[in-house]
Amino acid sequence: MKLTCDEASAICDKSQYKEASLWEKIKLNIHLFLCKKCGLYAKQNRIMSTCLQKLKDSENPKTQHLNQKEIKCMQQELKTKIES
Amino acid sequence: MSVTDKQSLNPEKWVSLYADYLFNYAIGRINDRDLAKDLVQDTFFSALKARDNFKGEASERTWLIAILKRKIIDYYRKINSIKGKAEVRMNFYTDGEREGEWLEERAPTDWSGEIEKKIENEELAHVLEKCIENLPEKYAMVFRMKTIHQIETEDICKELDITTSNLWVIIHRARTQLRKCLEENWFKN
Repeated sequence: MKLTCDEASAICDKSQYKEASLWEKIKLNIHLFLCKKCGLYAKQNRIMSTCLQKLKDSENPKTQHLNQKEIKCMQQELKTKIES
Repeated sequence: MSVTDKQSLNPEKWVSLYADYLFNYAIGRINDRDLAKDLVQDTFFSALKARDNFKGEASERTWLIAILKRKIIDYYRKINSIKGKAEVRMNFYTDGEREGEWLEERAPTDWSGEIEKKIENEELAHVLEKCIENLPEKYAMVFRMKTIHQIETEDICKELDITTSNLWVIIHRARTQLRKCLEENWFKN
């Protein structure tokens, strides 16, 4: 029933991905009620998740491509292997 | 191996057909352009060597991606076995009466200032990115896959051949480390 700060913050991390179980969340909330440090951690973790969401949104649309030079180079190297 | 089976592989066309697709897959897991490129090239070489094993049951692309996945696991195992300097810092007492409690110097402190305004700042994303880069590679890799690329927990575990609890330990360590890094580089003025 009683969590250490290590366990509580681990559940808090898991819950950032909505993957903590109900029982874990109950135990976490009891701990957060009693522990100021983990309370801060939970608050900052939410802030961090918001930032990460922004980072994700900025990174995801740009699928990364190989440039022509890299493609050519790959092609050349593979060709050498095929022929050998 | 019959001739017809072999005909379904066209190594001459691999680069133009699949290089970009494989590269995109790799870069989502390994956040390093050159390394991702090397893995793709390596995939083609291995595929060429193993072309006789291609049964023609799966598509060429599926077959190539399976080889690339293997390369990524190998890479993960390699970085996973590198111990020492890149170890993540401890955040909690590991024994004694205070086991599991926050270490004094690693405990969260109040983030002063107008946080909401700071979140909007683009520079913050940059700091965060730097902090992720500073994580030990193994942590950064799993953390990115889960958080930035939002790959399902189950899929990450399968891809890297790790257990779920293993994954959460990594996420936990990555996040406590990131929190500290943000605090030191951004919220403390």
